[in-house]
Amino acid sequence: MAQVSVSFTVNGREVTATVDPRTLLVHFLREELKLTGTHVGCDTSQCGACTVHLDGRPAKSCALLAVQLEGCAITTIEGVAGADGMHPMQSAFKEHHGLQCGFCTPGMVMMGIDIASRHDAPSEETIRSELEGNLCRCTGYHNIVRSIAAGAQSMRG
Amino acid sequence: MSDRGHIPESRQREAPRADLKWIGRSMKRVEDPRLLVGKGIYTDDVNLPEMAHAAVLRSPHAHARIVSIDVSRAAALPGVLCVMTGADAAKVCDPLPTWASPPVLQPVIADDRVRHVGEAVAAVAAEDRYIAEDACELIEVEYEPLPPVVDPEEALTSTGDAVLHPERGDTNIALERTLSFGPVEEDFAAADLVIERRFRWPRSGGQPLETVGAVASFDEGAGRFTIQCNTSMYNYCGWMIASTLRVAPHKLNIVPTLAGGSFGSKMFVHKVPVLAAVLARAVGRPVKFMEDRIDNTTSCDNHASDRVYYAKLALKRDGTLLSLKTRIIDDYGAFLQFGVGQHGNALSQCVGPYRINSVEVDLAAVLTNKCQQGAYRGFGSEVANFVIERLVDAAADELGVDRIALRRQNFIRPDQFPYLIPTGNMYDSGNYQAVLDETLKLADLEHWRAQQTEARKAGRYIGIGVATCQERSVFSATEFWMWNLEQGVEWTSSPDGVSVKIDPTGKAFVTLHSPFWGNSPETVAAQVLAEQLTIDPADIEITYSDTDQGLNSTGPGGSRFTVMVTGAIVGAASQIREKMLRIAAHLMEADVRDLALEDGAVHVKGVPDMKMSIAELADKAHYYRLSMPDDLDLTSGLDATYVYDHPVTTLPDPDERHMGIFYPIMGHSCHIPVVEVDVETGQVHFLHYAAVHDCGTMVNPMTLEGHIRGGTVNGIGTALFEEFAYDEAGQLTTALWTDYLIPTIKEAPADIVVGHVETPSPFTEYGVKGGGEGGRMGGPPAIAAAIEDALKPLGVTIDSLPLPPSRLRALIRKAQGRAA
Ligand code: FES
Ligand code: FES
Repeated sequence: MAQVSVSFTVNGREVTATVDPRTLLVHFLREELKLTGTHVGCDTSQCGACTVHLDGRPAKSCALLAVQLEGCAITTIEGVAGADGMHPMQSAFKEHHGLQCGFCTPGMVMMGIDIASRHDAPSEETIRSELEGNLCRCTGYHNIVRSIAAGAQSMRG
Repeated sequence: MSDRGHIPESRQREAPRADLKWIGRSMKRVEDPRLLVGKGIYTDDVNLPEMAHAAVLRSPHAHARIVSIDVSRAAALPGVLCVMTGADAAKVCDPLPTWASPPVLQPVIADDRVRHVGEAVAAVAAEDRYIAEDACELIEVEYEPLPPVVDPEEALTSTGDAVLHPERGDTNIALERTLSFGPVEEDFAAADLVIERRFRWPRSGGQPLETVGAVASFDEGAGRFTIQCNTSMYNYCGWMIASTLRVAPHKLNIVPTLAGGSFGSKMFVHKVPVLAAVLARAVGRPVKFMEDRIDNTTSCDNHASDRVYYAKLALKRDGTLLSLKTRIIDDYGAFLQFGVGQHGNALSQCVGPYRINSVEVDLAAVLTNKCQQGAYRGFGSEVANFVIERLVDAAADELGVDRIALRRQNFIRPDQFPYLIPTGNMYDSGNYQAVLDETLKLADLEHWRAQQTEARKAGRYIGIGVATCQERSVFSATEFWMWNLEQGVEWTSSPDGVSVKIDPTGKAFVTLHSPFWGNSPETVAAQVLAEQLTIDPADIEITYSDTDQGLNSTGPGGSRFTVMVTGAIVGAASQIREKMLRIAAHLMEADVRDLALEDGAVHVKGVPDMKMSIAELADKAHYYRLSMPDDLDLTSGLDATYVYDHPVTTLPDPDERHMGIFYPIMGHSCHIPVVEVDVETGQVHFLHYAAVHDCGTMVNPMTLEGHIRGGTVNGIGTALFEEFAYDEAGQLTTALWTDYLIPTIKEAPADIVVGHVETPSPFTEYGVKGGGEGGRMGGPPAIAAAIEDALKPLGVTIDSLPLPPSRLRALIRKAQGRAA
């Protein structure tokens, strides 16, 4: 298949690559850029483990082709922390035991950051309705909701 | 009680105490930082130089002969390195490991016939996964369909072409036998009442977010495999994989990666690592095989119990429970990896928390054209819980007494522990009344009863369910073989080991010999070692061994881990403590009996200034041999390994009057959900949910609560939505998460109110019990009871799961039809 050239930024870094046009974004991130924090859970856009930010909004990277992203800005779980190690949302997940196996966690954290950026002090109800597209098999969701509420609060400072 | 066996002396060294510093704390998890920043290494994150990728062509038929396979077009595709059929695989490897006796032979790639949809028919290794998948599409297979066997009860009578494994005889019954414990017939004869029900427990599975994967490489020079994999039990029986690969056990090193959840489903994965390994040897390069979701749902190791029960409970008119008889038909699918271990498991607590005098279990394990069974939170005992709880509810209804009161009346009393049940298993300790009382408090029952009454007046259907369930922990290996008719693997050990080292600067290193599979092994190990050596958990580093370095360790599963690692650390730490005390005694010229370890230093009791810190002692232990007595034990360094055996087990009775003690560390739970059923749509909403668990001494209440909530939501999935459903042709109709419905946040209760009672085990270190599976073991019977209670005005009875809206509507329609 004819290869296609594409350029976008990932975690603020310019990336130009020649890819097979059918390459999924999640595979490009994981295989080419070795950004393995973005996970694949279901392959059918059910689980949200592959959630990244695309131009500042959450997107399931298993449902996007790399070639669709010309000129876009992608942020992955590896790109959210500041110089001091953890993003406040990541710290909140640790503080509130928002993860067990950790496999859904990058997607949950990316959703959490997005929810916090769009809602001032999101209520439990808001968080629950926003998380409909992200599955967690370990936690029963309870502590994820608490983590995101707390993370949103510390993001506001 | 000789018919039920004997109870050995306890080997507990550390009694539970009130003044523990680290055990009992909700310490934040040690595992979290790397997982949170996306730096945890799961199997799919392993990348080796020159690594190739595998994909698998899977059978579209439930049951068929393979007439021919043509791989030529696939092999010719640029980028393809190897195409392997079953015939090719049979030349280089033996059937997969199995605990069944007589065995059910399972090839890694189907050879002459396929036995379920999704079974591997050919495997491809290629430069990347996309090419490997393309190649699979180019493989041409001619099949000759055979009759599919789908219904477990029909499988009882299969013959001829419908038989999956003709070499085992002209039948699909893998094992059929009756075990009887105590005076069953006398008890039934003495009964005033016998409750009889048929139950159907659906095939579901752990379905962790991460599938199974392996990265294998073969060093031709050394003739040696290395397999990185998200399996457990590698340090218990990983060598079996070597046998399958036809190399000596020391020519295989299994290296654990993080596992993105398991719930039992990665207990001892065999197909995936073997497949990756045979391909790696064939292509001379490392090969990664990561199941995609459909690989996993159709051909994993872990579809769970799929049972039909014909159950009878005998009781007196005054409510005294007497005896339990069950006929079970269990649909094992096409193979039998763990034998019928799930039924050994279920014997551990089949009488629930009740004084029931005798038990008979008549089991037929059948083979059908479905994916094989494996393990999922409960491993068979969750089904036994459902059955006994449904029977007790039915008995109460029949007697016209309160469901809670009947439970209380029959509970084993706190003064009766340790208690041997008719099957011979021991319940080590418990206080079921206390757990029930605590749950009733949290559930605010009176409030909800009042709500229920009001709602009924308004034509709304609110129901309250109560289940009081056993939560056995720490399995012994006997559960895997006690049902076998022929001698096979008959192990009696199920230990776990650790290695602990204090380095010359006083920092501690722990090597675990079991993997991380979503639980909190590092946190537990850090808390217990900190407690033992009076050090700060921040000064402890935790790693995982591979099989090259591994000590005999059974691993997580069967809610073992916290108990077993606690025991192993106590064993290793006591050796280190003893050595430190001896060194300190020598250097401070004190009597060892006058010394104590406190706050990270060895003190002379009563002389506060006379002390040496662990760092000072470690330095001396490592570098100052000539300052020590010339004693062979005082080797340079401060380290210990310890393999902790199961705290209390006994052998099955040779005459099978009982099965010995094999699952004795007995937790208990009470679940009280309050649901509202929308009778128009069949939807179930949780209005409230209270769950109280007694897992003995808690090491970390925060992580235990995480397990309880998560497990309960697994239980909600099992009760309401999840089913690996096969149609008449043997097609799996729920192969993707679009159809296999694991609960989303919308289906999970907004809050599960969790409470605890702590009845320490007299047999384990600090009195800890396991708590990894309890949520799923208590949820389904409680939810079934709540739904039944809600629909009581309509007269609906719940005896099969799951209950998605469509099925609940059908039950409601039927009941309304009857009423009309
Ligand atoms: S892998 Fe993208 S949604 Fe599941
Ligand atoms: S923490 Fe395991 S899937 Fe969410």
